[in-house]
Amino acid sequence: MIELREIRKSFGAVHALKSVNLSVSKGELHGLIGPDGSGKTTLFRILTTLYLPDSGIATIGGMDVVKSYKKIRRILGYMPGKFSLYQDLTVEENLKFFAAVFNVRVKDNYELIRPIYSQIEPFKKRRAGALSGGMKQKLALSCALIHKTEVLLLDEPTTGVDAISRREFWDMLDHLISLGLTILVSTPYMDEAARCHKISLIHEGDIFKTGSPQMIVQDFDRILYSLRTSQRLQMLRYLRNRNEVYLAYPSGQSIHFSLHKSQNNIERIIVSSGIPYAHLHQISPEIEDFFMERLGKS
Amino acid sequence: MKDKPIITVKNLTKKFGHFIANDALTFDVYPGEIFGFLGANGAGKTTAMRILCGLSKPSSGDAYVAGYSVKKAPEKIKKRIGYMSQKFSLYEDLTVEENIRFYGGIYGLKRKDLLNRMEELLDRLDIKSIRHQIIRSVPTGWRQKLAFSIAILHKPVIVFLDEPTGGVDPAARRQFWELIYEAADNGITVFVTTHYMDEAEYCDRVCIMTEGRIVALDTPDNLKMMHQCNTIENVFIKLARNHE
Repeated sequence: MIELREIRKSFGAVHALKSVNLSVSKGELHGLIGPDGSGKTTLFRILTTLYLPDSGIATIGGMDVVKSYKKIRRILGYMPGKFSLYQDLTVEENLKFFAAVFNVRVKDNYELIRPIYSQIEPFKKRRAGALSGGMKQKLALSCALIHKTEVLLLDEPTTGVDAISRREFWDMLDHLISLGLTILVSTPYMDEAARCHKISLIHEGDIFKTGSPQMIVQDFDRILYSLRTSQRLQMLRYLRNRNEVYLAYPSGQSIHFSLHKSQNNIERIIVSSGIPYAHLHQISPEIEDFFMERLGKS
Repeated sequence: MKDKPIITVKNLTKKFGHFIANDALTFDVYPGEIFGFLGANGAGKTTAMRILCGLSKPSSGDAYVAGYSVKKAPEKIKKRIGYMSQKFSLYEDLTVEENIRFYGGIYGLKRKDLLNRMEELLDRLDIKSIRHQIIRSVPTGWRQKLAFSIAILHKPVIVFLDEPTGGVDPAARRQFWELIYEAADNGITVFVTTHYMDEAEYCDRVCIMTEGRIVALDTPDNLKMMHQCNTIENVFIKLARNHE
């Protein structure tokens, strides 16, 4: 449903996208995972027909983003990272406005948005600017869907949103997927990756890994350990000075570290630090560890 | 934690008209501790933090920060704390160096001390090469580390971090937390509010607020054990839903 082939885009000397390839099937929930400045928004702007790529081909539903931009816009819903509805209009007025822009009536496509919009309908006379973060998000999603969207592009929809609203939002995406929509969603939160069918990891304008969340962590090719210590800083410094250690970093209450190659005396290496520790064991990596391997050394 | 608390909060209540933003908060924070203050938007985190920083007065109850009452001596408190927020921290139109000099001046550092500490800071963060670059062109991760280092430039006893991270990559976030560990290791107490639950896992103790009240306060491990959850996020969701 979404295809990108060798898409490049530069702004002056900055290579925002360096030959990006991406393929999203119909009905797929695809996560674009990467930090600020990695190229996520540029990629969205090309897909939403707002930027022209320098080279490469991008299509949505088989239609070229450059040649068929008008047709693409009819089936595409876009929720930009920054709240972009009219703050001075009410909830209801915003929805009517976006329906009118696409030449549709709210009631024609109401069924699609009902599960989402009904949650904010009690506040329909309230100005959008006065809504809470979670409610703004629901309104923006409703407006992005009202023209009977087939492909939904969501640029960091959960940034700055609290834990409960975040979870509710992902539940809504599951619902939309069950109706047959295709969704490309970007996020800086690694934990959200697990809720996608497939994910692409992007860093410095380069998608360096694509696959199911399960598959990606299986490709982690180093041995990863975790330990606990009350002297985290000292332990990190010690680990970084050891030749056997490839990378060491804090992870919540624990420290994670990976080795260049398997060691059978790992316990002895840690003991000789003289720093008290507990719970030393090998762990299976998560998406976040995979990212650290890529970013940690650069 | 046998030391005397560096922050003592007793029955702290803040009302705005009929709305109770903070409802009889009581807790202690100990020197060198990384104390996480969690809650959804509107739970009352910022209100409480503003009071602890001496920027707002409680409606009733009191709090002692670095030995001073927020009611009686807020100006004394302001001199002994550092503050950083994600929303506003550095001047985008000023260079790295200008920001350091500006804040150092505001915090009342003497010229010589300021220049020494600036060099030390630039060295420690390894950003000497960008000292004359304007902040707008500095990547978010570096900005956050710089903002934090500036907030502790005057060696405060406590630093308050209001939603300090967000939007940076996992490597930058970890580097940021290492700076926090370093500060705590040097005896600075770190009081951090966040609604990113995964960040709570890095704190020594976390306090969870919903609708103006403290609903949990313990180490991340104990909270997870008590509520039989594998992450603080799940603990939080459980507590917030119970409260509804």
